[in-house]
Parts: sequence; structure tokens; C-alpha cells
Amino acid sequence: MSEHIVPRSTYYLVFGALIVLTAVTVAAANFDFGPMNDVVAMTIAVTKMMLVLLFFMHVRYSSRLIWVIVASMFFWLIILLLLTLTDYASRDWFGANVGGIMSR
Amino acid sequence: MSTQTTPEARAQEWRGRFPTVNYLNADYGIKSWLLTKDHKRIGILYLISVTFFFAIGGAYAAAIRLELLTPLGDLMQSHTYNKVFTHHGIMMVFFFLIPSIPTTLGNFLVPMMIGAKDLAFPRINLLSWYIYMVGGALTFAALLFGGVDTGWTFYVPYSTNFSNTYVTLAGLGIFINGFSSILTGLNFIVTVHTMRAPGMTWFRLPLFIWSHYATSLVMILGTPVIAITILLLALERVAHVGIFDPALGGDPVLFQHMFWFYSHPAVYIMVLPGMGVISEIVATHTRKPIFGYSFVAFSSLAIAVFGFLVWGHHLFVSSQSVYAGMIFSLISFVVAIPSAVKVFNWTATMYKGSLSYDTPMLYAYAFIGLFTIGGMTGLFLAALGLDIHVHDTYFVVAHFHYVMVGGQVLAFLGGLHNWWPKMTGRMYPEGWARFAALVIFVGFNLTFFPQFLLGYMGMPRRYHAYPPGEPMWQVLHVMSTGGASILGIGLLIPGVYFIWSMRYGRFAPANPWPATGLEWRTPSPPPTENFAVTPVVTWEAYEYRPVEEMEVVGPGAPDAPAGGQHPANRGVETEEQP
Repeated sequence: MSEHIVPRSTYYLVFGALIVLTAVTVAAANFDFGPMNDVVAMTIAVTKMMLVLLFFMHVRYSSRLIWVIVASMFFWLIILLLLTLTDYASRDWFGANVGGIMSR
Repeated sequence: MSTQTTPEARAQEWRGRFPTVNYLNADYGIKSWLLTKDHKRIGILYLISVTFFFAIGGAYAAAIRLELLTPLGDLMQSHTYNKVFTHHGIMMVFFFLIPSIPTTLGNFLVPMMIGAKDLAFPRINLLSWYIYMVGGALTFAALLFGGVDTGWTFYVPYSTNFSNTYVTLAGLGIFINGFSSILTGLNFIVTVHTMRAPGMTWFRLPLFIWSHYATSLVMILGTPVIAITILLLALERVAHVGIFDPALGGDPVLFQHMFWFYSHPAVYIMVLPGMGVISEIVATHTRKPIFGYSFVAFSSLAIAVFGFLVWGHHLFVSSQSVYAGMIFSLISFVVAIPSAVKVFNWTATMYKGSLSYDTPMLYAYAFIGLFTIGGMTGLFLAALGLDIHVHDTYFVVAHFHYVMVGGQVLAFLGGLHNWWPKMTGRMYPEGWARFAALVIFVGFNLTFFPQFLLGYMGMPRRYHAYPPGEPMWQVLHVMSTGGASILGIGLLIPGVYFIWSMRYGRFAPANPWPATGLEWRTPSPPPTENFAVTPVVTWEAYEYRPVEEMEVVGPGAPDAPAGGQHPANRGVETEEQP
């Protein structure tokens, strides 16, 4: 394992950014963006996740093998979301939500 | 062994047969076991604990079958029955089926098969056992305090809003146990990537390793999802966070999506290692290389990948969109392809092989047949229309028991017999073992085949009573209960003779079958460091010679020289016991 020495200031900066983004999350919850609500929340969340992944978890300084593995994790997450959404997106295609109890 | 008479070979054979210091006697005392970092000892620790949980789960199974002997719910109340089948499921799935082969045989064999001294992270390996024990203890405590009645699937809204049993505690135990799975998977992947002996290329790896590699991928990618799902369930139950409850803006079907995203691949965590065991046994006991090695290797990976794309077939009647149902149904049919590749390739391997009837091979024959039945009935359930009829009936129960018991448990038993000489340095009694295998096979089929018929006739699962007016139903239930008794006795026999053999069994040579794998090229039981000298691999996997050829020219270079004995010559060495 090759150790990459990251200056302490980087960690403080990332920590500060995470705190700020948490505050932004709370602040954003007070506004209604309509259909953009989910998009705004997810954008902030993904940004925070990437900061943790790249800097705290050292992926930015790691080998390409690690990148491939991280990418495969995202691929798996996409499978989870995409195939679940095939259900939610097409549930009402019959109009009357056949057999379903949910009509959200 | 008369084919090798050089003094060096004799000396090696001698050392192979009577090792002085091995992993079992290298150190003494309870502390040397509880703080061990030796993968072989951790494998034994797991074997003991997994057997314990299997016995608990088995006791609940006995209670279920006893209740269903008669149509009326006269042995226990419906609420008690709910707890009994829940406990059976939780114990068997989370604490036996998922960990059993990877943590016992896998822990023991993965480093030895690739020529390594240990797993990549020995301390993490020990930690995984402790995590498993803590998780098991918590869930077991939940069972003792009063139990859980949600079914092992913990479906909402019952588990979040209605059940007043120990759902959170049992869930916490399963949540913790998940980390044990993740650590084991991580350990295997890193070990296979970084610690293979010189010459052990990816395509020289035993298929056991390929299947464990695929299993580890599923463990790492899937387990976090079930952990989060159970955590969300607990949060909703305790703090009323709205994830699954429609009244709070949630969706109960979301739970099923997230639960089965892990729990369907978990089926492959259970059966893939079993398939690896069967590949080893079939090659060794037919004395042929596995037909289509690379196809079998990649079919493991294909099963691991496809396994993640099919979970929706559990939701066909759960108000899931029919369009999503069509996609999931189609992909579920596709999983049959890599599974069939394995079955056909094992069969092709046997074609014109030197078939043996040793106990491990008996289990392999049983596995191939029973897994085929289990797999084929899975296709019935993957069909959108037919599933409506048999959903949540005993047809489903029979189907997954054919895969889980007929597949995974028999593979586990076959693997235990195959590597018992290596693990303990003693042979098991062959006659008793063959008898037990037969009893288990008969008992298993008598238990679960009638359940296919029951399910098709409409007997729902998880009911503790059924209409007395249906005479055929009780006949089938009585057959099933009778079969379960036979199966139970059949499973007790190996328990007895395995323990007996540890003291009274014949000494095992280094390579009793003889097999080509690296684990057989070191004494039985192996020394703590596995190999005196790191082996250099210069041959392909499974370079077996047929018996006739072997009798003339010897087992051949890869056929492990140390104490190699073909079953045909086995009588020769018995008189040399001290």
C-alpha cells in the first residue's frame, strides 16, 4: 500500500465544505422548489458523498484498480435505483393502477 | 503406495502420513483458539458455531413438521406457530446457509488452494467470527426473550406497525451479522488477488476459488443494502420515520424492493460456494478435468451478476407494476442459463469418467439431481402467470428447500466429507457415511417432494392448520413429516461419526483421493503455515489421469505424490496405523 500524505489543511477544507453543505441542506428544506425538490437535495448529497469518497477515503490518490472497484459500486447502486424505478415509473400505465394499492 | 519407491518419496509419504506438528497441536488451550489468527482454526470455530445454529434451526423445523402432522392447529397456537417458522427461517438463512460454506470450508481451503500461508487479513478474519457470534447471540436472545413473528422476511407494515415482538433486537443481530459477511468477502477477494502462489494463474485456480470469488462479490455488494433496509425498518418502528408507511409518505413495496435486492442474491451466496464444492468433488471422484473449465468459472460470475437483476420476481403479487414484472420475469429466466451450464458441464465431466461411489461423490450426485429440480421449479415461479397460482404456497417452500437443502446443505456435507481428512487428519467411516448419505437423500425427498403437490393444490405457506376435509392434504403432510424425521436422523449420523472419527478414525494420508489441488500437497492435518515451501504451480487445474493409466504410470506429477492412495489401493495402507 503506497501511502499518500495529504496536508492537514485539505482535511479541514473538506470538513468545512461538508458542514457548509449540511447547512445548505437544512436551508434548502425551507424552500419549495416544486418538482426540483429531489434534484436539489440529491445534488447536495452527491456532492458531499464525492468529497468524502475522494478525500477522506483517499480514492483520489488511489490506483486505477480502486477506481474500477468504486465505479462498479456505483454501477450496482444504479441497478438498485433503475430497476426499482421500472416499478414506480410504470405502475400507473394502466391508468387505474391495476392491482396496486398505491397511487402516489 | 508401490508406484513410488525412491527413499525421498517414501520419506515424504511418511511425513505426509504422520505429521508431528500441525495446526491442531501447534498450540494448546482455549485462549490459543479464541485468539488464533490461523485461518484453519477460525474455520473450525465457524464450523462449531454454524453447526450450533443449524441445530437450533433444525429443532424449529421439527416443531413445524410436528404441527402440520394433523389438520387442526392442535399442537401450538397460531401466534406461536408464526414465531416458530420465523425462528426457523432466521436461524437457517442468516446464521447457517449464508455463512456455512464460505466461513468453514472457504476459510479453511481458500488460502491452501492458492498456495498461501493464510488469508490476507488474519485479524479481520478472527474479527468476522466475533461479529458473527455477537450477531448470533443478539438474535438468539431475541428468540429466547419471546421471539419474532414476522417471518424471516420482516415485511412491512406488519413488522413496523403491528408486531409487538422482538423485531428490533432480532434485526439488530442480523444487521451486525452482515458485517461478518462483508469482512469474509473482502478477505477472500484480496487474498485471491494478491496471494496466489507462483504459477497459480487465474485460469489454473480451482473452481472452488472462482465460486468463492463470485460469492464474495455478492457479499460485499449486497450485504450493505440489507443492513440499511433493516436499519430503516428499525428507525420506522422506533422513531416513526416515514420510509415504508404510506400514512407517513412512505411505500411498503419499497421495503420489498430493498429487502430482495439483497435477499435474492443471498440465495446465490448460499448456493455458489456449494457449486464450487461440487466442481471439486466431481473432478476428483471421476478423475477427469472439469468439462469446459472457463465456462464453469465464468458461469459463477454470471450468476453473481444476474442474481442482482431478478429480485422483482418476489413481488409479482405485491402491487408491483406488471411492466416491471415482465422485465424481472425475463431476467429470472436468464439466470437459468449459467446454472444449467454448470449442471451440464458436471454431467459432461462424468461422461466416460472413472466414477466413484465414495461419500463425497454420492452427495455430488444428489446435488446435481436435486438442484436441477429446485432450479427448474424456479422457472415455474419466474413465470408471471403461473406464479399468481403458486405464490406463497408450499410449492415455493418445496422449491427453495430443493435449492437450499438439496443443493447447499448436501454440498456442505459432501465438502465436509471430502476435506474432513485434511481438516482433522482422520478418515471418516466410509460405510456409515454412505449409509447416512442415502438416508439423507431418501428423507429429504420424502419431506419436500410432497410439498410441491401440496402447494400446487393450494396449501399456503406459513399456515398452521389446513382443511380436514381434504384427505389428500393430510396424507401428503404425513409423508412430509415422516420424511423430515428420516432426514433428521440422517443428519445426526454424520454428527456422531465425525466426532467419533476425530479420536478413533483411521489416520488420513496427505492425499487420500488422490486429488491435484495444492491443499492435498501438504500433510493432513496441515502445519500452521500450510506449506513448508511455497509451492510453484506448473500444471493446469484438474490434470487428472484415469484410474487405468494411473495404475500403470502412477498418479502423475500433479496428482500429489505425498501418500497418494487411490480408493482401489486403500486397503494397502490401513495396516500401517500405529
